[in-house]
Order: sequence, then structure tokens, then C-alpha cells
Amino acid sequence: MSVAELREKARFIRTETLRLTKIAGAGHYSSVFSCAELMAALYYDELRIDPTRPKHLARDRFVMGKGHAAIGLYPVLADLGYFAPSELDTFTRLGSPFGDHPDMKKIPGIDFSSGSLGHALSVGVGIALGGRLNGFDYRTWALLGDGELAEGQIWEAAMSASHYGLGKLVAVVDNNQLSIDGFTQDIMSTGPIDERFAAFGWQVHRVDGHDLNAVLKAFRSLDEADPSKPQCILADTVKGKGVARMELSTDWHVGNLVGEDYDAVMNELMEGVI
Amino acid sequence: MSADWQDQSEVFNGTANVGLKDRRSFDGTDTRSIPAFVFGEELADIANEDPRVVVLTADLARSNRANDFAAVHPERFFNLGIAEKNMITVAAGLASTGFVPFAATFASFAALIGCEQLRTDCAYPQLPVRVVGHHSGMSLGFYGTSHHSLEDIGITRSIADLTVVCVTDANHLRAVLRASMDYPGAMYLRLGRGRDPEVYSEVPEIEIGKAISLKDGADLTIIATGSTVHPSLAAARELEAQGINVRVIDMFTVSPLDEGVVLDAAATTGGILTVEEGNITNGLGSGVADVLLENLVLPTRFRKHGVPDEHVPVGPPAGLYAHYRLDTAGIVSVVKEMLNDD
Repeated sequence: MSVAELREKARFIRTETLRLTKIAGAGHYSSVFSCAELMAALYYDELRIDPTRPKHLARDRFVMGKGHAAIGLYPVLADLGYFAPSELDTFTRLGSPFGDHPDMKKIPGIDFSSGSLGHALSVGVGIALGGRLNGFDYRTWALLGDGELAEGQIWEAAMSASHYGLGKLVAVVDNNQLSIDGFTQDIMSTGPIDERFAAFGWQVHRVDGHDLNAVLKAFRSLDEADPSKPQCILADTVKGKGVARMELSTDWHVGNLVGEDYDAVMNELMEGVI
Repeated sequence: MSADWQDQSEVFNGTANVGLKDRRSFDGTDTRSIPAFVFGEELADIANEDPRVVVLTADLARSNRANDFAAVHPERFFNLGIAEKNMITVAAGLASTGFVPFAATFASFAALIGCEQLRTDCAYPQLPVRVVGHHSGMSLGFYGTSHHSLEDIGITRSIADLTVVCVTDANHLRAVLRASMDYPGAMYLRLGRGRDPEVYSEVPEIEIGKAISLKDGADLTIIATGSTVHPSLAAARELEAQGINVRVIDMFTVSPLDEGVVLDAAATTGGILTVEEGNITNGLGSGVADVLLENLVLPTRFRKHGVPDEHVPVGPPAGLYAHYRLDTAGIVSVVKEMLNDD
């Protein structure tokens, strides 16, 4: 898919997040906005997936560590044909498959359930080991937040990934600078992220996570990466990217736009370059 | 998307059978009736036929004898080091790709450190992960509270979509491991110290969720699980010589409980004594009490016997069992107390 088309898909992720949040009455806008380009590039260009065969054993796997950004992923899965877009209208309503965090038992296209931060990289290690044992060449992708890196299990997983030489495991870090209570570096400094992953035996690629050309280039460079090392794509991003009032604001981790505010933000997204 | 990936075979290959090596004896000891010592061997045998088996541990391969599995199937064995949370979630990831992982560590670490991983990554997605907690209860004796797992039955019993099985002896372990291969969803397998004496002289026919009646009796029923089955049966035999007929039930599946057996015991023997090597808060006894009260089938006598809600003193395992009357003599005395308490 062209970069211009991917840019539209990133816009679609943001506007759908707005729409679904309205149904729920609360949602994680800004956590989605920081990784909208990453999700668009992965799902519409990079991932080796077939929505008509969501359980294909040789497919690439995607595990969303920051599961609270699933509100931005559900519309992508619907758009790709995993299920009817109209099903999204049940978002968070009683009995809906679509909760704030993704459930692999209920939603086609979700490779693993998530929600509790710090687990996904371990899941990825297991899926990557399983693929290698079974002779498949798929990649396993784990999308992590920079705040999430404070969880100790992340580093247990990072250690085991390099110990077992899992070159097909890719951690994409959405380095959006904020966790709930403030700037990550003030709450609990998780950096230097690149040096820490490198010290744990990973090969690190640093990119601007909103620059689709750079993101695609980084994804494609994985084919030439050291096959004995797990791969980390450290994507520098801005939490709330694309909406001025949300960018690097701690007020929008969870929020709800109503009335004129909703319309104004929707217009801002529709007209913005991001 | 690349063009040809979908042409890859979707046949689950698992791993190649590398052949069963001769079993190694341990210092010449006959290990056939020692649960921990058959854990790795039996899984290695199962793995010869079933490509789904993988085994994980957290730096305890000697203790749980996963090293016997690793010696036969090295490519299917993963030592994750001293990192139990990661081990359990890695096992869940493996399970999501079609394997049946057995992830083994001390019960205290499996159920307490790994509790959330067990719930969120194994039980909630209904994946066939078998988390194996060995050296449960007070079996690590003077290692102390950090190494005791008196809470694991209570913890795991309250997790939805998690089957909880307490293993009785070596032959029972063999049966449980084989039965677990095609049992749906996640399981917590609770093993004792690994030196639990023999209750089953051969591999029993079992059905997970169905209790086993080991001895009939009309005066009272002992419902025991795991390491307490052997002393309960021994106590019942001793009592029989004194004219007291006690029924003994091996309630090896603690969740879900075999309710029919519980209700029948209350209706036909009147008194019920539950025996477990664990904190009596929310353990086997609590589960049995729930079944009785909810069905309004009330026993004439009822007692939950186990470890009271306290941290246990220092001592070797045998000393602790005697202290808490969880050995044969202790259980005999508890039964007599109950029957004389009119």
C-alpha cells in the first residue's frame, strides 16, 4: 500500500477511535493516536496475514502489549474483513466481543488476549519458540508502550528472547513519552530504551513512529537483520498525536469528547495532515 | 504481504521423535513409585507419541526431574531461568501455537508469583497450559514460609476456567499426565514433595473431575487430596482394626469438585472429614462445605482438617505433619475426636 493510502488508514484508525469511544462513553484516545501509523503500516502493508484464514498456522502474529489501544485495532480488523464493520457498533455493550482490551477467544484476528501490561513480550517469546519448533518462518510482533517497560516481566522476556536467539521476534516500542500519571521519565525512567534492549542482546532500530516512510523502511530492513538476535523497533512517537489538545497531555489517557468538542476534534482529524 | 506464505503446510508438525533413550536410574534407586522422579520420564514417553508436548522449568530441572525429559527431547525443553512469570506466559504463547506445555516449578512460586499469568494468560484464553506446582504444602519443611504453598489450592480454586488436580502418587501422576493431553483448557497440577508413598499399585483408570473411592465405610467419610490421601487411607485401615469403618475418597480434582460423591458421602455416612496439606481457608474443605450447604445435605459431623490460618514453625516435613496431625496417627486421632464429639 502506498504511503498516501497508509496515511488515510492512520486517519481512519483515529476517527474510528473517536466514534467508538462515543459508544463506550470513555476510551483511550491518546494511546491509539501515538501508534496509529505503526498499526496502519503493520496491518495494511507488513503483516503476512489472510483475513479469510485467521488461524493459518504460518501467519505472522501480532500481540498488543498495550491492550488498551485495541479500540484502534478493532476497526482495522473489520476493515480487512475479519468480521463485519457493523459489529463494532456493539463496542463495550453488555455481551459484546469488543471490550477495552482484546479477547482472542471472541474476536477473529486477535492472536492473543491482553490487558495486563508486561505480558506480551513473554507471549511473543512463546509464539516465536513455537514457530521455530514447528518449522514455520512467520514473524511475531509485540507492540509495547514505553511506560509498560517498567514491568519486570518485560526484561525477563527480553533476556529469554536473546538467550534463545529468536530472530523472528520483533518488539515495536511505541515510545510516546507518557504514562498515566505523567512523563515516563518523571514517573519511572525506562530509558535509555535503545541501550537497554541492546544490552539485553537485541538489535535495535530507531525511527520516527509517525513517519510512515521511515517506519516501512525499518520493517523492511528486518530481512537483512542479524537472524540470531531478537529485533527491537524503537518508534519515537507523541502521545495523542494528531489532536492538538491531546498531544503530550496527561489529561487524555482516558477521556470522552461530547458535543462541540467531539465535532471539533473530528474536524481536526479529518483536515489534519496526520 | 509476500506471495507464497499461504502455501506453507498447515499440518502441525510439532517436533520429530528423536527416540527414547534408556531410562536412567537415580543412584541405583528404584524410582518407579516416586512422583517427581517419574515426571520427566513419563512426559518423555508421552512425547514420543505426541508431538505437542513441550516442557518448561525455571531453574528446577533437577528438582522436578524435567532433566529426564530434556535428556530425551532436548529440542522440546526450555529452561527459562529463575523467572517464573515469564515461564508461565511463554508456555501460554507456545500453547497458542498448538503445543501442550508443561511448566514446572515449586508450587509456592507457580501459584503465588505466577498467579496472574496463570489466570490471565492461561485460564482466561482457555489454553492447554499445564502449570505444575511441585513440592507443595509444607513438603519443603524447614525451608520455611517462602517455600511453602499452603495457599495454592485456595488461589487456583477461585480462578475460572482452570482445572485443579492434586496428584496422589507416581502411578496417579502417570494417569493424570496422560489424561491431561486432550483435556480442554488450562490446568494446575499440584504435586507433593515427590516422595509420596504409593497409593496406587498400578496406573489407575481416572477421569478428571471424578473422585476415586478407595475404601468403603459407613461411620464417616474422609475426603482427602494429594499428599494426604495416603495417611488418610492408612488411618482408615488402622481404625477398621478398632471397629470404626471409614470411607476414603481421593478427591484428586479439587476444581471442579465431584459434587455427587460429596453429597452421597453425607447422605450415607453422616460425617465428613476433609484432609488437605494446605491452609483450610478456601481449600478443599471449604469447597466441600459449599457443596453440602448449597444442596442442604447437611452432615451430622463435619470438620475441615489441614493447616490452620497461620505461618508454620520451622521443622522437617515429618515433624510438621505430626505437629498438625496430618500424619496417620494424627488423622486417626481427629476421626476419633469427631466420632466422640456428641
